[in-house]
Amino acid sequence: MHPALLGLVTIVIGVGGCLAYFYLSNLILDRVLFPASGPNAGRNINRANQIRPWLFVFPALFALLLYLGYPVFETLRLSLTDRSQGGAFVGAANYTQMMSEPKFWEAIRNNMLWLIVVPAASTAFGLLVAQLTDRISWGNVAKSLIFMPMAISFVGASVIFKLIYDTRPADVGQIGILNAVWMQFDGGIGSVLVLKILPVLLFLASAGVFGFAAWVLARPVLTGARMQGGGGIKAVRLIIALFSAILALMSLKSVLDVFTTTLPYGEPQTWLTLPFYNNFFLMVVLIWIQTGFAMVILSAALRGIPEETVEAAIIDGANPFQIFFQIKVPQIMPTIVVVWTTITLTVLKVFDIVFAMTNGQWETQVLANYMYDKLFRANDWGVGSASAIVIMLLVTPILVWNVYNARKEMR
Amino acid sequence: MDNIAGTKSQLTWAVHISVAILVLMWLFPTVGLFVSSFRTADQISSSGWWAALFPTEQTIQLRTGGGEAAVQENGLYVVTGNLLTDEDGPGAEATISAFGVSSRDIGAFEAGETAEFGDSETLTVEADGTYRYTSAEEPGRRGQRVFVTAETPPDFTLNNYETILFSGTGQDNMAKAFFNTLTVTIPATIIPIVVAAFAAYALAWMDFPGRALLIALVVALLVVPLQLALIPLLRLHLGIGIGKGYLGVWLAHTAFGMPLAIYLLRNYMVGLPRDIIENAKVDGATDFQIFTKIILPLSFPALASFAIFQFLWTWNDLLVAKVFLIDSTGSTTVMTNQIVELLGTRGGNWEILATAAFVSIAVPLVVFFAMQRYLVRGLLAGSVK
Repeated sequence: MHPALLGLVTIVIGVGGCLAYFYLSNLILDRVLFPASGPNAGRNINRANQIRPWLFVFPALFALLLYLGYPVFETLRLSLTDRSQGGAFVGAANYTQMMSEPKFWEAIRNNMLWLIVVPAASTAFGLLVAQLTDRISWGNVAKSLIFMPMAISFVGASVIFKLIYDTRPADVGQIGILNAVWMQFDGGIGSVLVLKILPVLLFLASAGVFGFAAWVLARPVLTGARMQGGGGIKAVRLIIALFSAILALMSLKSVLDVFTTTLPYGEPQTWLTLPFYNNFFLMVVLIWIQTGFAMVILSAALRGIPEETVEAAIIDGANPFQIFFQIKVPQIMPTIVVVWTTITLTVLKVFDIVFAMTNGQWETQVLANYMYDKLFRANDWGVGSASAIVIMLLVTPILVWNVYNARKEMR
Repeated sequence: MDNIAGTKSQLTWAVHISVAILVLMWLFPTVGLFVSSFRTADQISSSGWWAALFPTEQTIQLRTGGGEAAVQENGLYVVTGNLLTDEDGPGAEATISAFGVSSRDIGAFEAGETAEFGDSETLTVEADGTYRYTSAEEPGRRGQRVFVTAETPPDFTLNNYETILFSGTGQDNMAKAFFNTLTVTIPATIIPIVVAAFAAYALAWMDFPGRALLIALVVALLVVPLQLALIPLLRLHLGIGIGKGYLGVWLAHTAFGMPLAIYLLRNYMVGLPRDIIENAKVDGATDFQIFTKIILPLSFPALASFAIFQFLWTWNDLLVAKVFLIDSTGSTTVMTNQIVELLGTRGGNWEILATAAFVSIAVPLVVFFAMQRYLVRGLLAGSVK
């Protein structure tokens, strides 16, 4: 049968089957099992109403448990067995083997980079666009255009950005915009301004931001000020503060690096093969896609801020920056956290971009692609499942947090 | 917020400019792909796509007609013709600004001038490409070499689309993959809606023990990475005889979309007015009737939101299709997979790549712009709490 016809038949069978299932199962329940007539009519109605919800929920619940619940445990089991030994239990052998592979640690390092850079950049850009477009007449058009990459597949976006990063020999015209711009730099004063001074300023700014964040987070704990929450909150604050401090130091170190490196002016670069930096060229693709998402949600949150708070701040003489950072941002902090975690989840699962653009070569491996490599190229189910479990572990804190929030909300 | 004192800042123009820059930055990559898909392979490899929007000046080496085209006039051999519309010429739309006969000085003469060179040879080239070449001796068979500096207007072609959609062979033809993608997408969008809607109704409006637990389960499964499901489910599919194929990928997409579907639809249905449902119950409607006659029509916005999500996700998906659908024969390949293969085999053929990518992007873009309202609503319902 032709696949399209098969698809059509499937829609009819699928939808019709679902409707028939719900209709018939209800009918049987009401007419055959517990008829609402005869001597036990009242009791029967009650019984039928106890069973009915399960009829409604059953197909969805079955799909959920079979396709998402069962695999979690099966993957855990597979990660403890060895396929080549006929599925014998090998304990943590797969995990130790995985830990001994440099590619795994490369994937972990890159994933950490992705986890820091992509959510931060997407949220920051999203917030910026949401704030800027809030007040201008053509803001909706602008938002719509920035939102557009959400509709583009990761694979399509990879092709788009491969064209941007394309490299041609030095003596012919560049067709990738990045190299075309790069070839304009010749080591003159303009190049120094753009490629030395500007990055230094950016790194100094980021060092300042991270340093400030570390200070703000750590101060109440260190000075022993009275604050809400117990020891757990304090520990989390200190950990994040330490993390920020490290990032601030790394930014400062980068300032030195910028001054000491000599840039290869006039030579076209193959951007995707530059170790370490190529990770950022891949991240740009995801940031480009996710900014629209962050923008849409933060824009709605900004609209929801009570006007009185902003008005009061204006009357008190706050300038636009103070209003934004001290009045608006604190009020939409919960939404920022939601956006951040949602993008974090996307980042943890990122596979298509790396698979299509570099396939993990040139030190760009990430966990999801490492796992695919192990499962379907090396056919090593044990190590592949072990890396899937690592992804699951990274997701778990968000999972717990979401469930906790959902339950709090239901009460 | 327009009426608040002080929000109208003097910096409005700066806001306009920054937004314009951001929008251009975000559009630039897609436009590049779009423009490239209308250029020929030669054009793409000789200049950046941004140059295609403006007339380009290029220097090309052409030849006049050879000895057999020569006519004898007053003891001179004369060859006339048009350089631009010749076999190798760039076409009649171009205009010639300068020409030369020696590779050392390729722009020696302005268009319209007469060049005298060699032993009593002359050559006149007009801006429109017509030329007149005279020589005392019989010209060689290959004709006189001419270097021409010509300005060609922007030139676009639909040939790439013709290749990708109709005439291409093997990997270059996306028509089959397009229909395969469609075949995957449509059932995988519709079926989860039906299944999830019933469950969402039960979780929103029916009271039964374990309801709170089920909702928590849905929220938890919302974030479980589907990577975990690949091997166990592939084994399951192979074990029960579904194997790799459409049925498997439909089932997988249906189940993977289920948590979000239930979550979105339940959140929406909970907000529906209680009175309507209770009135219907008092009037003797069964739960099944309430669901189909009241809840479903009222929930249309939420259904549309989820439908768009699921459509975009299944259309753009690579991983699930690679694992559950595409077998070793490759006859069921989807567009994303074919593009990745093209990236490997035709990495430098941008005319093929750009067009193939744009064909696969076009449908989601149309859906996106047509249904953006519902997409935004779904995003807000799905993440802001």
